Amino acid sequence: MEKKITLPLTEELAKTLHAGDRVLLTGTIYTSRDAGHKRMCEALAKGEAIPFDPTDATIYYVGPTPAKPGQVIGSAGPTTSGRMDAYAPTMMSVGARGMIGKGARLPEVVEAMKKYHGVYFGAIGGAGALLAKCIKKAELIAYEDLGAEALRKLYVEDMPLVVIIDSEGKNLYDEGRAAYLAQHNTEEE
Amino acid sequence: MREIQVSQLTDVIERLCIEANEHLPEDVKCAIRNCRACEDGEIAKGVLDNIIENFEIADKECVPICQDTGMACVFLEIGQDVHLTGGNLTDAVNEGVRRGYDKGYLRKSVVKDPVRRGNTGDNTPAMIYTEIVPGEQIKVTLGPKGFGSENMSAIRMFKPSAGLQGIKDFILETVETAGPNPCPPMVVGVGIGGTFDKAALLAKKALMRPLDSSNPDPFYAELETEMLDKINQLGIGPQGFGGKTTAIGLNIETMPTHIAGMPCAININCHVTRHKTEVI
Repeated sequence: MEKKITLPLTEELAKTLHAGDRVLLTGTIYTSRDAGHKRMCEALAKGEAIPFDPTDATIYYVGPTPAKPGQVIGSAGPTTSGRMDAYAPTMMSVGARGMIGKGARLPEVVEAMKKYHGVYFGAIGGAGALLAKCIKKAELIAYEDLGAEALRKLYVEDMPLVVIIDSEGKNLYDEGRAAYLAQHNTEEE
Repeated sequence: MREIQVSQLTDVIERLCIEANEHLPEDVKCAIRNCRACEDGEIAKGVLDNIIENFEIADKECVPICQDTGMACVFLEIGQDVHLTGGNLTDAVNEGVRRGYDKGYLRKSVVKDPVRRGNTGDNTPAMIYTEIVPGEQIKVTLGPKGFGSENMSAIRMFKPSAGLQGIKDFILETVETAGPNPCPPMVVGVGIGGTFDKAALLAKKALMRPLDSSNPDPFYAELETEMLDKINQLGIGPQGFGGKTTAIGLNIETMPTHIAGMPCAININCHVTRHKTEVI
């Protein structure tokens, strides 16, 4: 059964989410991927502010296609999160607790998640047309020169996600596969 | 001899860029639906349902299936009796990509330098592969290639003594390492033989072949079936959340090679395996 959650992603909310939970997420999220993360982390290193308040914020790793006339946004599925691993602990250290993407994360990201009560959500990779339907508002807020990689503020409603790694470090990629293999092997015996 | 204006090629490429990005080939849709019917896990079924819903929305509303509308890989089989006029072939192809990606509201995902980066702003240049073949037609195949899966591809120069087992192990190892990253269920393209570069090209060409086709050599056709089955026993499943459907297809292409070697390249693609062909 899907769990409905509303942002911001406070520590209390984060602690109620567990790897394997299917959620429908509503609220304001920010988009950023490779180039945007690099710029934000460079700003933070210099003691400068980033373009949005990171407190309890959720970042969606996405570079959408351009919106057609009449569309809020173009196709907008997740990109591979591992490329943001170099930046994710820094982002969590300033309060950005939620991440939406797809694919494996490094152990240091999981450690940072345990320390800062972070949650890593998976959106379905390659389902850009479907995910765009959940995005009700989109506003470009910074780094316009980066094109698809610019920072956007999105308002999403009932975005279908799965908790991949929870704030205790439990990981659906390990557990889901192990469960399937255990069941499959039992059936064969 | 037949004269073909390069502007005709530009028009075809423009159209193929848009159509390939909005409409998944029927063989791929069919493979996904068949896999959905065989899954039993709740999360795996849910993911495949969403994937099916996604390509149906893209079809109906004519929007890109995935936001990574890829690098435009263009395969041109040019008849040797064709005389191209009215401009430069490469420019004509790139102009088609430029127009297609602009008109189709497709994402511009190409940087002008691999190290220093910087978006080119129009998704050019295309990756162009030309082949001179008999006849007086041009067969154009366009395959937009996303990089979530491209990044999980691999190549290895085997000693011949590694034999068939070496190749089988390498395929499984590459898929296992890719895990959830290339948006499984994936499509696996395998190129064996040739030189270092040719093996990689064969692997990419394998991804352009329909999933309901087999290698004409029964030896490799059997290997395709066997390896797809073995991949689907890994348990990675749709999106890596666990399940039966790790891959929806595996195609192998081969060619002769040197007495001292056995190159093998594996090109990984996601469930949005896009390609479209037109003959001029």
